[in-house]
Amino acid sequence: MDFEPTGIQGELAEGIRRLLAGAFPLDQLRTRENQEKVIDRDGWTQLAEAGVFSLCLAEEAGGVGLGLAEATLVFEELGRSLVPGPLVATHLAAGLVDGAEDGSVVVGMVERPSGPSANVLPVFIEHLADLDVLLVLSDRGIEQLDPATLSARPSRRPMDPLTPVWSVSSLPEGEPVAGPEIVAWWRRDGRVLTAALQVGLAAWLTDLSVAYAKERQQFGRPIGSFQAVKHLCADMTTRVELARVGVQAAGVTIDQPDVGAPDVVAAGAKIVADEAAITNGRSAIQVHGGMGFTWEVPVHLAYKRARLHATQFGTADRLAEMIADALADGLGGPTDVG
Amino acid sequence: MDLRYTEAEQAFRADLRRWLAATIPTLPEKPAPTDWPGRRAYDTNWQRLLFDAGYAGVDWPVEGGGRGASPVEELIFKEELERAHAPYVGVNFVGLLHAGPTIITEGTPEQRQQYLPAILRGDNVWCQGFSEPNAGSDLASMRTRAVRDGDEYVINGSKIWTSHAEVADYCELLVRTGPEDSRHRGITWLILPMDTPGVEIRPLATMAGSTEFAELFLTDVRVPVANRVGEENDGWRVTMVTLSFERGTAFVGDLLEAFELLASSVALARRTGAWSDPGVRRQAGHLRAELDALYAMTRRTVSQAARTGVPGTGGTYFKLAYPDVRNKLGEFSLSLLGRASLGADDLDGLDGLGSLPSEEMVEDWLRGISLTIAAGTSQIQRNIVGERFLGLPREPSASSGKSA
Ligand SMILES: Cc1cc2nc3c(=O)[nH]c(=O)nc-3n(C[C@H](O)[C@H](O)[C@H](O)COP(=O)(O)OP(=O)(O)OC[C@H]3O[C@@H](n4cnc5c(N)ncnc54)[C@H](O)[C@@H]3O)c2cc1C
Repeated sequence: MDFEPTGIQGELAEGIRRLLAGAFPLDQLRTRENQEKVIDRDGWTQLAEAGVFSLCLAEEAGGVGLGLAEATLVFEELGRSLVPGPLVATHLAAGLVDGAEDGSVVVGMVERPSGPSANVLPVFIEHLADLDVLLVLSDRGIEQLDPATLSARPSRRPMDPLTPVWSVSSLPEGEPVAGPEIVAWWRRDGRVLTAALQVGLAAWLTDLSVAYAKERQQFGRPIGSFQAVKHLCADMTTRVELARVGVQAAGVTIDQPDVGAPDVVAAGAKIVADEAAITNGRSAIQVHGGMGFTWEVPVHLAYKRARLHATQFGTADRLAEMIADALADGLGGPTDVG
Repeated sequence: MDLRYTEAEQAFRADLRRWLAATIPTLPEKPAPTDWPGRRAYDTNWQRLLFDAGYAGVDWPVEGGGRGASPVEELIFKEELERAHAPYVGVNFVGLLHAGPTIITEGTPEQRQQYLPAILRGDNVWCQGFSEPNAGSDLASMRTRAVRDGDEYVINGSKIWTSHAEVADYCELLVRTGPEDSRHRGITWLILPMDTPGVEIRPLATMAGSTEFAELFLTDVRVPVANRVGEENDGWRVTMVTLSFERGTAFVGDLLEAFELLASSVALARRTGAWSDPGVRRQAGHLRAELDALYAMTRRTVSQAARTGVPGTGGTYFKLAYPDVRNKLGEFSLSLLGRASLGADDLDGLDGLGSLPSEEMVEDWLRGISLTIAAGTSQIQRNIVGERFLGLPREPSASSGKSA
């Protein structure tokens, strides 16, 4: 057993980080705040060329042929850089929707509401104007819709300024493109990749806060010398460390299913990562004081993105109930497998 | 990142599992929690069995008489012991985890010869005399004084929260040998035989009702200079050396026990019907998610130690994150017991389905409370993370003792 990232895995993350710093600088991203289209197609192509979408696609199918473990490293960097767009959806769709893998087709995804409250609230769809294909997931399988045919209402106030949303009162039937087994697989992997984005956000929020705590002076000294602030930062970084290893372990467990219970650790990784990103968002605002409540300081962008991710691929409560079901079925501890 | 075990690691696990399966059934009955001489006998007997099978000091270097196992084997060792419900390290804790490793690196050849084999065989039990009534988090302010008199030190002062003092043969004792205000620069590490005249031990009851720790009163206690480990006034550094032995496995048994406690809490909730409450199920699912992440962190820290040979930062993050999860779990099991937590005995299981783990749960909840205090409080851990890992400026008046 060696759970440290290999040299190659480290270089992969490093390479993506460099690419993102060049191709997606924050001040440029911010010029698109609250617009209907936020995806820069050139940038999207660069992501594709770096393998973001084809990373886990088999080499025979034109992909990079790496595992979900590697993907968690890449998606953490994407999260940290606030790259907007349906990254997880397009990544999952590579291999099913032609053009997803090379970045020529932007694929969005939405869950078809089910259960008693299905028709109470409208369905919200991210990035509709930027999408070439919309996939609708349900327990029955995956349907494909042409986004242009939807009569959807754009939100005037998207919570995340870099994630425009539209609402429809109901989703029409689409063309079936995959069965329920693919849905289960996508939901599980989608949880892990979204959790990786959350880790990136949580880490970036920590970095911003620590830098500010060293620089901002009150009472004649840096605010980071006060324990009330220092301990907030210490808890933030501890949450990041815990969520990161949880997410990476989930990725490895999906790649090497005999080492654990993939569905359980995938759900657990999202729970812990959601909590890290959201709680760190609140702490980061607190560390920044009044500046933290301004639009100018980018902390709110990460916090709002974290809130958005928390609604995707299952909320923490829903995922916790899934784990509880596994516990009731006699789920063993970490030494009961392998 | 690879979570599969190599063939050699699997073979190590298989051998150990076989040995445990043959040995555990031969153990004597567990003594009562309050019977300290009985517990000493039980724990040291277990240590002797480990020794005879070649598993004593599994993580100690071969030069110190240990097995020199890799960090991953050390993890497997602790996993398998917990899995087999083997006895804990118990009263052997300080000898195996602190005093022994310190003597291995800092002791003289004579000291190694005299003390190490006895620890490994379970012949000697050690305790740790560091904290004082007025020096806990700020350990460097300790005042117990040792004055040189020929080839002896004469010691006066007192220590507190000394775990297992009542049944210990030796104490790793920190004393002040420098000037009163010399802080880190005036401390010396001594081996104190507990039967030396002038050593008075007063048991101190914990809030869990156990007397696992004690107060030590030292009056004109004479210890040979030959019992000094390291140089005079160099005891702080000697103490820190022990930390380099920590490879992220200190809490493996404890953490695995938490997985089991969660499983029994779920079983309890299903029997009482509380499981139909979504709030209860969600708490259980949340706790499992956090325990899994903590286990991943353990694996990461062990892997780092295996690669680099030095302890990383993971142990500190763990020390900070774990107690909160453990305490939430304690509250969870207690809330499931409801009023049955008020009489901490095993319940008969009036529903005819066998006993309920009431006593264990209450014990566990109480013990969990010490985790944010013992071996460095959570506040001190946060100072360490903030100042050493994140590079935040120190408190104006030295939170980690910089003012010295
Ligand atoms: C179960 C158990 C077993 C133990 N076994 C041993 C043993 O075998 N040998 C031994 O030597 N000791 C032992 N100890 C003692 C233990 O190491 C101390 O209790 C611990 O270091 C804290 O010191 P203190 O109790 O004096 O608390 P204090 O240092 O007085 O702290 C009181 C409170 O103030 C906070 N505080 C203190 N300083 C700061 C600061 N700079 N910044 C922020 N907050 C601060 C603390 O976090 C805590 O909340 C044991 C303790 C327990 C609970």
